[in-house]
Amino acid sequence: MGSKNMKETQTIENQTKSSETTERISGSEAVIKCLLAEGVDILYGYPGGAIMPVYDELYKYQDKIHHVLSRHEQGAAHAAQGYARISGKVGVAIATSGPGATNLITGIADAQIDSTPLVCITGQVGSHLLGSDAFQETDIVGISTPVTKWNCQVTKASQIPEALAKAFYIARSGRPGPVLVDITKDAQFEEFDFKYEKCIGVRSYKPVPNTDENSLKCAAELINNAKKPLIVWGQGVILGKAEEEFKAVIEKAGIPSAWTILGASAIPTSHPLNVGMVGMHGNYAPNVLTNECDVLIAIGMRFDDRVTGNLESYAKQAKVIHFDIDPAEIDKNVKTDVAVLGNSKDSLKKLLPLLNTASHSEWHQKFKDLYAIEYEKVIKDDLHPTKEGLTMGEVLKEINLQTKGDAAIVSDVGQHQMIACRYAEFNKTKSNITSGGLGTMGFALPAAIGAKMAAPDREVVMIAGDGGYQMNIQELGTIFQQKTPVKIVVLNNEFLGMVRQWQQLFFDKRYASTEMVNPDFVAIAKGYHIEAQKVSERKDLKAAVKEMIDCEGPYFLEVRVEKEGNVFPMIPTGASVSDIRLE
Amino acid sequence: MSTETKQYTVSIYTENNIGLLNRISAIFQRRHMNIESLNTSPSEIEGVSRFTIVVNITESQMKKIQGQIEKQVEVIKAYYHTEDEIIYQESCIFKMRSNLLFDERQIQNIIKESNARIVTVNRDFFVIEKSGRKEEIDLLHRELSVFGIMQFTRSGRIAVTKDEMKISTMLTALQH
Repeated sequence: MGSKNMKETQTIENQTKSSETTERISGSEAVIKCLLAEGVDILYGYPGGAIMPVYDELYKYQDKIHHVLSRHEQGAAHAAQGYARISGKVGVAIATSGPGATNLITGIADAQIDSTPLVCITGQVGSHLLGSDAFQETDIVGISTPVTKWNCQVTKASQIPEALAKAFYIARSGRPGPVLVDITKDAQFEEFDFKYEKCIGVRSYKPVPNTDENSLKCAAELINNAKKPLIVWGQGVILGKAEEEFKAVIEKAGIPSAWTILGASAIPTSHPLNVGMVGMHGNYAPNVLTNECDVLIAIGMRFDDRVTGNLESYAKQAKVIHFDIDPAEIDKNVKTDVAVLGNSKDSLKKLLPLLNTASHSEWHQKFKDLYAIEYEKVIKDDLHPTKEGLTMGEVLKEINLQTKGDAAIVSDVGQHQMIACRYAEFNKTKSNITSGGLGTMGFALPAAIGAKMAAPDREVVMIAGDGGYQMNIQELGTIFQQKTPVKIVVLNNEFLGMVRQWQQLFFDKRYASTEMVNPDFVAIAKGYHIEAQKVSERKDLKAAVKEMIDCEGPYFLEVRVEKEGNVFPMIPTGASVSDIRLE
Repeated sequence: MSTETKQYTVSIYTENNIGLLNRISAIFQRRHMNIESLNTSPSEIEGVSRFTIVVNITESQMKKIQGQIEKQVEVIKAYYHTEDEIIYQESCIFKMRSNLLFDERQIQNIIKESNARIVTVNRDFFVIEKSGRKEEIDLLHRELSVFGIMQFTRSGRIAVTKDEMKISTMLTALQH
């Protein structure tokens, strides 16, 4: 609105922490100094005309800040996401104007729906050219508005420090998300008196809502009186760094706890109160018992449609308690009886002393009984197949064994993702990195690069299908150039498997455009000087996974799995969670 | 909650920054909701803008929209009200041929009775302005349209609430 430019008066609106010294530098050097002041030591990007002044400064500062050249800006965005997801820090991606900027959009949209803190910096044509359809001009602020938590355009060097300070503050505070700062080329060249003031607040923005003590008391009362309580937790536990508080709560109150895809790994898979995954391809027991529990406690999750199935028949018998940092999530999809607003760490810490000790052993038995059914009907054949043809599940089992559950699993989107989430064993938090909300095929390979760089001491195993892998396969070039020791596993069934599964079940096996004729993946990996092999038979799997894990550098492993395997259990679209199918 | 569609007047207090209009209108667009009218202006608080948006939706939709609007970083506060909770005005301007003033005597009566005002008259055309409620403007438009209107335009709704909005005290608290 209005025609007022980013106002000089904004310091009134934004509370800042001042450093007194000023120095005369260019806007582009200021970008680097801002990044350094925010603790950034790595960023992912791709140069081009409108961002060249910043790259020129990156050249001068290369001993302080490591720029990773991706092979496509989408790869840079996903790599920054992977970096953020495993480290809890803000990921940074940088691109030029026009196509460079638009190529970031899928990553930004992914970060928005999965609440990943991301700062994207884009170059823009000179301010005198704005709106003239100049070469590589695009309205990236307009384009990115619906998929960013906040964005702005900067046309003067003097606005850069404040814009970037605000960007980092907004990206990481409250419910995290992606922000974009678009900087015109003239602003990058312009010299000004630089002074960095870290943003410590924005007048119109309250990142963490106040927690109503009474809501905590009401929640505790419902939980204490519950006979069949069920917790469903999401990424809010991880983003809030509330893993310990969460564990203390569930252990004291003895509540069976299930996770959404993004909540996975907040507590170990082997924890006795961990009853598995909810949702479309989640575990049988927590889905079925969602419609039997008397109190449903949602913690840092948002009742996505893939989690709830048909809302008309979702947990209608239960009182619902919803813990969330984002007030807009309350009653958005599921009507809650008690909403506890606030940061998960604080809320759970305050909840703990209000809870009675309980065990609910009869209720737990129901989960065990249903697990036994799922094991017989699904899990046994997935993990210990007797038929010919490798299953995706047995590959995951082998990876679990050889990494002892310490690996971070970065999965793509599709059947293999569901299998990876169902069967990966996690000992550590922030170990399940996947595109949950947006379902972005092509996410895994670049995200694994970012994850490995942020956590070089951890084993990072990327798992993709043959479809999604080829959506950002060019990032093998980044792995080769950076020597990033990512372990790449492609579960190749020569199909877009999840779509094929739906075609089989709901479209009378009309396999429209889901069959894939694939290249020689091993040769492609070897072309990038990445060690590689292909496995087609069960007897070779163990040795191949071992060779991959033992390899010090990056490694590519293709596993030919059965062509028409299906992922079960499954809640068909529009069905109730308790109508989950086992076959 | 009621599934009945009602007319809501949404009042949004925001920072005055480029792009915010886009951000707010996108919230409606994404949910396939039509905006009946939209007005932005300064508010009673210095440096704070006020949006007034009229939409026809259900109350449960309205509550969710309010949450999505308030979630925007540069939005300070959003309120919504039904028609009986606000005092509102819209305004409109008609441009008509001047000869009608002499040939069609009842036009002068229409103007008088509807509390409209002649802004200017010259040899070729005259301009009528009227502020009021939607129905009053609709009526005036109907009455004048039989004579032929050269140009017509009307503004979005602007409204104040009958009850106090606690925005000023909230802002004072925020700044300390």
